[in-house]
Amino acid sequence: MTQSTADYDRRIADLEARLRAFEGRLPPPAQRPRTAEMAERFGLLVAWVLLILVLGWFKPDQMFAWNSYAVMFGSTAMIVVLTLGLLIPLTTGDFDLSVASTMALASMLIAVLNVRMGWSIEGAIVMALLAGMAVGAVNAVFVLWFGIHSLIVTLGTGYFINGIVLWISGSNVISGVSMDLVNVVILTRFLGIPLAFWFATALTVVIWYAFQHTALGRRLLFVGRGREVARLSGVNVARVRAGSLIASGAIAALAGVLYTGMRGAADPSSALSFLLPAFAAAFLGSTTLYPGRFNAPGAFVAVFFLSTGIMGLNFLGVPSFVQNLFYGGGLVVAVSISQLIRKRRPMD
Amino acid sequence: MTTAPALQISNLSKRFGGALALDGVALSVARGEVHGLLGSNGSGKSTLIKVLAGFHTPEPGAEVRLYGRLAPLPIPGPRVRALGLAFVHQHLGLIPSLSVTENLRLGTLATASRWRIDWQAEHDSAAAVFARYDLALDPRAEVARLSPVQQALLAIVRAVEDLRGASREPGVLVLDEPTPFLPRAGVEQLFRLVRATVAEGASVIFVSHDVDEVREITDRATILRDGKLIDTVVTTRTSHDAFVERIIGRSMSAYGGAAKARPAAAPAVQVEGLAGPGVGPVTLDIAPGEILGLTGLIGAGYDAVPALLYGARRARAGRLRIAGRALPLSGMEPQAALARGIVYLPADRLGAAGVGSLPVGDNVGLPVLGRLKRGLALLSRDINSHAAQLGAQAGVKPNLPALPLSALSGGNAQKALLAKWLQIEPQLLLLDEPTQGVDVGARQDIWDALDRAASGGACVLIGSTDYEQLAQLCHRVLVFSRGQILTELTGADLTKDRIAEACFRSTSLPERSPA
Repeated sequence: MTQSTADYDRRIADLEARLRAFEGRLPPPAQRPRTAEMAERFGLLVAWVLLILVLGWFKPDQMFAWNSYAVMFGSTAMIVVLTLGLLIPLTTGDFDLSVASTMALASMLIAVLNVRMGWSIEGAIVMALLAGMAVGAVNAVFVLWFGIHSLIVTLGTGYFINGIVLWISGSNVISGVSMDLVNVVILTRFLGIPLAFWFATALTVVIWYAFQHTALGRRLLFVGRGREVARLSGVNVARVRAGSLIASGAIAALAGVLYTGMRGAADPSSALSFLLPAFAAAFLGSTTLYPGRFNAPGAFVAVFFLSTGIMGLNFLGVPSFVQNLFYGGGLVVAVSISQLIRKRRPMD
Repeated sequence: MTTAPALQISNLSKRFGGALALDGVALSVARGEVHGLLGSNGSGKSTLIKVLAGFHTPEPGAEVRLYGRLAPLPIPGPRVRALGLAFVHQHLGLIPSLSVTENLRLGTLATASRWRIDWQAEHDSAAAVFARYDLALDPRAEVARLSPVQQALLAIVRAVEDLRGASREPGVLVLDEPTPFLPRAGVEQLFRLVRATVAEGASVIFVSHDVDEVREITDRATILRDGKLIDTVVTTRTSHDAFVERIIGRSMSAYGGAAKARPAAAPAVQVEGLAGPGVGPVTLDIAPGEILGLTGLIGAGYDAVPALLYGARRARAGRLRIAGRALPLSGMEPQAALARGIVYLPADRLGAAGVGSLPVGDNVGLPVLGRLKRGLALLSRDINSHAAQLGAQAGVKPNLPALPLSALSGGNAQKALLAKWLQIEPQLLLLDEPTQGVDVGARQDIWDALDRAASGGACVLIGSTDYEQLAQLCHRVLVFSRGQILTELTGADLTKDRIAEACFRSTSLPERSPA
């Protein structure tokens, strides 16, 4: 018995030694071909170019005119900002459906404070940003203290805020917002593109840097992918999640500021239609540049990809309901693509 | 009526790769008998149960008869009940948010297509069932609100009732470790129910670690060790010691302990009065450079200690003294523990220790991201080169930090996750089953890494049921029973056999008058 056990042990040890020697000689496990990885990373950029070429085939005058893009870049900047705000809670694993309502609230607050109550435009902007942070804080309280799923909480708070916006505006469009804001956002141009675009670009760089090159960004990712792992690694998960909801509220409010500046007026409801485009861009963006992660440059490209499509369809004289088809379809297609990516590299 | 035994198994073998998990086992359970099934981890107990439940296909030549009739092999899982077998596992399979009646009738409600369910009648018939077994269960109560004992009773009654409905014979009920988490009074209730079931003609196979419980409830008992049938004994004629001897055996003495000398230094970590769910009060200390093992049978509570000390789970009471400072354990948080140089490696590798979808480099670098910054920027390149350096020291293969953690084998992932914590040079290293699901080579690498950490002055605390690992690695092992430290083993006493023996003796109650 003992003899055979010793014998067995010796054989096992022998096999292990050979296995180790073998492992040492083994090439690293097959990594996905570089071309496939490149195709995945830059697929959306290529698709964007193709989209421009195809639409340009039909409407070359408008699709190949720089001015079309300059106008489009300026007028969709606030969607970029809204999407960037949304990325933060999405990365930490929470949904924020109240971002568009927060944007509407900020937009309307500026108009009410500046036009009706005679506040300075600076004071009104600060107030709007604070209101956005307050919405985030309220969301955080319900999500973290009461432990309710963020989808439910932000669905409710979003609707609640819509009510507040109708209330403070008396359901009216309020125009006549200070031209200082309009000047800074849309009338001043750099390289022919309104400043709003450059603000959005700057924020994209900031968020990209924070996600990619700070310790905080890595922690956000760990909180989203493995809350327990993050907690046991000493990350204050509750603080990170609360912070990300407050940040998304503040950035959504900033989108509201740009939106008001773009039109010099605020209306109670049109900002709400940006919720779906923001989600579509966030998910479509997560399939590109840094595939499998919500990422700022990806979202940036995705917004302009979707807007280019809609602009082109408008040039073709397609009725405006196509916008809904494009954004709605875009969201589902984007999530399907990201699900295919997940299948290859399972998440969570 | 025939008098064939309720269950008769002969020549049952099961091979996993090269290893025989079951080796020609025979077992016979009489009608109306409570039959114990005993053995330590890896004895083949659970393989035997899984063959009966239809999870495993036995090797050709095996024979399973129920009430004299040959059962098809592998046993068809969906038909086990009709054959006369029912199982209650430690995880009871109840749905906590549904009512007692709904759980009791789950089998029929889930499959029968009835357009109208008369709930009043269902509740009444459930109440009648409970009355028959003399159980005080409210059919309308939500299962989540029942005590653990009541839940176990409900699961057993459900299994018996399902058997009664599905099979013409009284049936064989397999209770797979039903008791470790129940208080003593609950165990007695459960035994009353077992006796009532047997009085109706059914047979029971009672799987347990607990020698005393087996002696109390069973008529006969079968002991397995290393996949072999050691003995089938008549319980009343077998002493506690005779059981323990058969469970442990002496064949494994080839694996001695390392008999490490315990460091003589004054303790660097002291735990006083630690109490939490299922454990406590526990008081222990660890010297710098010492590797302390905690073990016990399932339900003994030793496994909660590392998590409670780290604040991963909430302790009720206790104090931790480290580096001259006392910390209350009831308010412990992982962040605070880390700040004191305490780290914790949980057993759930991809659920609690690391994120499988993120790169190995990020997982390893997480605790030291601040240190890896270059100016204002944290670069993936720097994280990965740092992780590659640690990975090379720890022997992670392949040592490619850009791979997702889930691409590594269990052993290599564990080496990487251990390196994640060792790099911050912890004062106290808490580990939960550090080599579970790890290949033999990686196991040795992990032991070596822990030895190095200890000789560098760290205190190491390991919760494990791997007796061989404890004997090889630890300076001292504390054996737990019912949430408390029962025995301390050191030096020459620290062998695989002695640890196993202490665990199985740990259930020994004060000897009752001989039967």
